[in-house]
Amino acid sequence: MHTYTEKIQNLAKDVLKQGKAEMVIGFKQGTIPMAANPFVAKNENDADNLIWSSTCGLNLANYLPGIKKCEGKIGIIAKGCDSRNIVTHIVENKIDREKLYIIGLPCTGMVDKKQIALLFDDEITQFSEEGNTLIVKSETKEEKINKQEYLRSNCKTCTHRNPVIYDELVSDLVEEQIIEDQFADVKKIEAMSSEEKWDFFDKLTEDCIRCYACRNACPLCYCPTCFVDESGPQWVGKGQNTDDIKTFHYLRAYHCAGRCTDCGACEEACPMDIKVRNFTRKLNKDSLELFNWEAGLDISQRPPLDTYQPDDPDDFIM
Amino acid sequence: MGNLLEHVGIEKERVHFSWISSAEATKFVDVVKKITEKVRALGPNKKLKKQYN
Ligand code: SF4
Ligand code: SF4
Repeated sequence: MHTYTEKIQNLAKDVLKQGKAEMVIGFKQGTIPMAANPFVAKNENDADNLIWSSTCGLNLANYLPGIKKCEGKIGIIAKGCDSRNIVTHIVENKIDREKLYIIGLPCTGMVDKKQIALLFDDEITQFSEEGNTLIVKSETKEEKINKQEYLRSNCKTCTHRNPVIYDELVSDLVEEQIIEDQFADVKKIEAMSSEEKWDFFDKLTEDCIRCYACRNACPLCYCPTCFVDESGPQWVGKGQNTDDIKTFHYLRAYHCAGRCTDCGACEEACPMDIKVRNFTRKLNKDSLELFNWEAGLDISQRPPLDTYQPDDPDDFIM
Repeated sequence: MGNLLEHVGIEKERVHFSWISSAEATKFVDVVKKITEKVRALGPNKKLKKQYN
């Protein structure tokens, strides 16, 4: 059991018992190893199901806008990126800070489940972790691997592992990583010619089945009707035409401009292992370079897309 | 807007942004001329053109 699991259960029980919140959003163990399902604990018994592990890679802030009936406060377990998306919800007036009881969770990174699965020819039957060591078993073999080598790519470059907003913490804060070059991957694409870039994104999206799991997993995508589902007007074709697929990805990314926290939930959810962060990371890099902005760090700051400064960069205007 | 389009492989010279008031007829003509020249130099666009067949 992860050392955080017991602490989370105890904290959640205390929160529910004392009425600090009416429910606590967290994770419970899924039906297969390495699956962690979002879960809402509404009473102390429920809280026994809460878990923590390095497979809790979805973003729990995603479930906040959906909760309509809650008289009291909503409790939520928030690792660094989840907390930044909570801040984004507050900044975008999706939810009031007073409505939340945030249990902050200093995070040490989530693992790349697809990469771990590649180590095995058969199905994984057991997953556990001891500190930095992951113990993964199947019917035929057992692997002991170093978690650091199997971190998700967004966790490798994460500089906000500690929650940025919280009412209570699961443990002491962890040391933040110092990343020399945050955007080496984006720069690599920037250095390509137009043709190479076009081909890179063609290749990237060729397996997309348009299941929209990436959109559904993203806390930023809360519109009641997404542009891809609208039929009058129909903004984008619904089939498997490659231009339609790419249009979906371009527009999804634009809607995340200045808002994306690089939490990785979109890639985590993709059944086809498409690295959709290649779209949003360019916008994140621009936000940082042009507006000195990283999303979701401070509830008192307005995002660059809803403020005007006389010195906003405008050299793209002819 | 332009930056991401360029990033995914649409040539920078193909998409232009300008700010022209309805009273600035001559500016409008100038900008359109400049854009047409630049886009003509690139040749026809082949990207994001849906093929119906
Ligand atoms: S989750 Fe993956 S396959 Fe599904 S729409 Fe997104 S990129 Fe395409
Ligand atoms: S686009 Fe992906 S990485 Fe960015 S906030 Fe949404 S789910 Fe997270």
